[in-house]
Amino acid sequence: MDVDSSQGRMAAFMRDHQEKVVGRWCELVVAGVRGRLSAVEVRRELEDLYSLVVRAMSGADEQALGELRAELAELSRSRARNGFTPSETALGVFALKDAVYELVADAADLVPEYLAFSRMIDDLGLRTVETYAAAREEIIADQAVSMLELSTPVVRLWQGIIAVPLVGTLDSARTQLVMEKLLETLVATGADHAVLDITGVPTVDTEVAQHLLKTVNAARLLGAECTISGIRPQVAHTIVSLGIEFGDIATKATLADALAHALSRAGLKVGPA
Amino acid sequence: MDELPIQSGDDVVRVRQRVRVVAADSGLSLVDQTKVVTAASELARNALVHGGGGLARIEVVKSGNGKSGVRIGFSDEGPGIADLDLALTDGWTSGDGLGLGLSGARRLVDEFELTSKVGGGTSVVVVKWSR
Amino acid sequence: MERVPIVKIGRTLFVSIQIDLQDESVLRLQEDLADELVRTGANGVIIDITAVEIVDSFIGRMLTMIGSISRLFDAETVLVGMRPAVAITLTELGLSLRGVRTALNAEKGLELLNGRS
Repeated sequence: MDVDSSQGRMAAFMRDHQEKVVGRWCELVVAGVRGRLSAVEVRRELEDLYSLVVRAMSGADEQALGELRAELAELSRSRARNGFTPSETALGVFALKDAVYELVADAADLVPEYLAFSRMIDDLGLRTVETYAAAREEIIADQAVSMLELSTPVVRLWQGIIAVPLVGTLDSARTQLVMEKLLETLVATGADHAVLDITGVPTVDTEVAQHLLKTVNAARLLGAECTISGIRPQVAHTIVSLGIEFGDIATKATLADALAHALSRAGLKVGPA
Repeated sequence: MDELPIQSGDDVVRVRQRVRVVAADSGLSLVDQTKVVTAASELARNALVHGGGGLARIEVVKSGNGKSGVRIGFSDEGPGIADLDLALTDGWTSGDGLGLGLSGARRLVDEFELTSKVGGGTSVVVVKWSR
Repeated sequence: MERVPIVKIGRTLFVSIQIDLQDESVLRLQEDLADELVRTGANGVIIDITAVEIVDSFIGRMLTMIGSISRLFDAETVLVGMRPAVAITLTELGLSLRGVRTALNAEKGLELLNGRS
């Protein structure tokens, strides 16, 4: 959006009345903030913005508009993180128009310039709404990643034996994460047996089976043998009807069976003390 | 954008190394870097062995929502591929894959575009995005 | 062209691949290993790829071939130290390298070899 160079007089007016306008702007914004920010913080933010607005309007400083937008974007993101709604942030920006109008109302010759100024503020206010939306989406994406991480634990069952309890659908994104965590744990612990427990996986179709096979394959490349455990009766039925073959990968009904199997392969036996 | 010739085995190694650097700079995770460099190795070798030598073009790209990625184009003036569908047959099995250059490379990247004409050379462009 | 050194310890040949291998070097390694197996009568081969960042389908096939060739000379091959990122990529490529045994590191690779004899 181009800044109309005939806003020079408006800019001068605003510079001359800075104290008063910023003070009034502050009042209006603080009312909307409802205690979530201190008056001092608000004053600091608005003073910076005000200087940038005036610089942008005077047309002399080309970078000013860019800086102004960047600072508003940062403000919008910060408000988003602090739980403000996009309207609240935008209204705070629009409030500058009210603060200025209260003074300009008496100066009839400034009215045309006021219109251009008003449009500029409208544009800036709307941009804060867009930045807000983008910031929220980033937060949601980060949360999704955290959730994925948390739901993929790798536990050590015994010396040399680790288990990966899989809970929820096993899609390609999760499979990638499972493979990475499993392999990193194999390297870190030197384990040579991994149990993939699928008790918590609701359905096992050909795609899920492929993901499991991939995971087993990757573990084998690091010298570890895998056992798949937690095959429920309904799942067993689906696997057989779909013709899925696990080949030479051991499969057990329960994690306990898988542990016993892994122990015997390690040449260990569990007996009474 | 980097343009690297593919005329020898050493060139293939150079392409790998360059792609690795660019992929790392684009913020790709270690696993994703490994995947795209491996795909580049497959495709560069194809250009050398089946295409009689060619060219690799490597550049950083930015998506609409600000993500960075690496785009690599391979081109050769070789005999071309007669049956594109066959060449791209996706066959992941637990057995050893033989000659899976193209379909394998495709699985390692996010975007894959193959153009080829018998007697008219081959061009493959792949993109891998950071997450 | 780089030649990968082959070291004999006991009845095992150790190969440690340290650099980004060019195709010719891998082929050369195959030949050199075959020669050494015949010359020394070694019955085990450990190929350490801890330092290898990329294994594509060509190198993967070569490694499997090394396993097959060694077996012809009655020697077992163990591939050790594969990096997680490489294992994941090979899996995505559809390669399982069934022709060679694998182990986490050289020590475990040796245990595997000795367990077999």
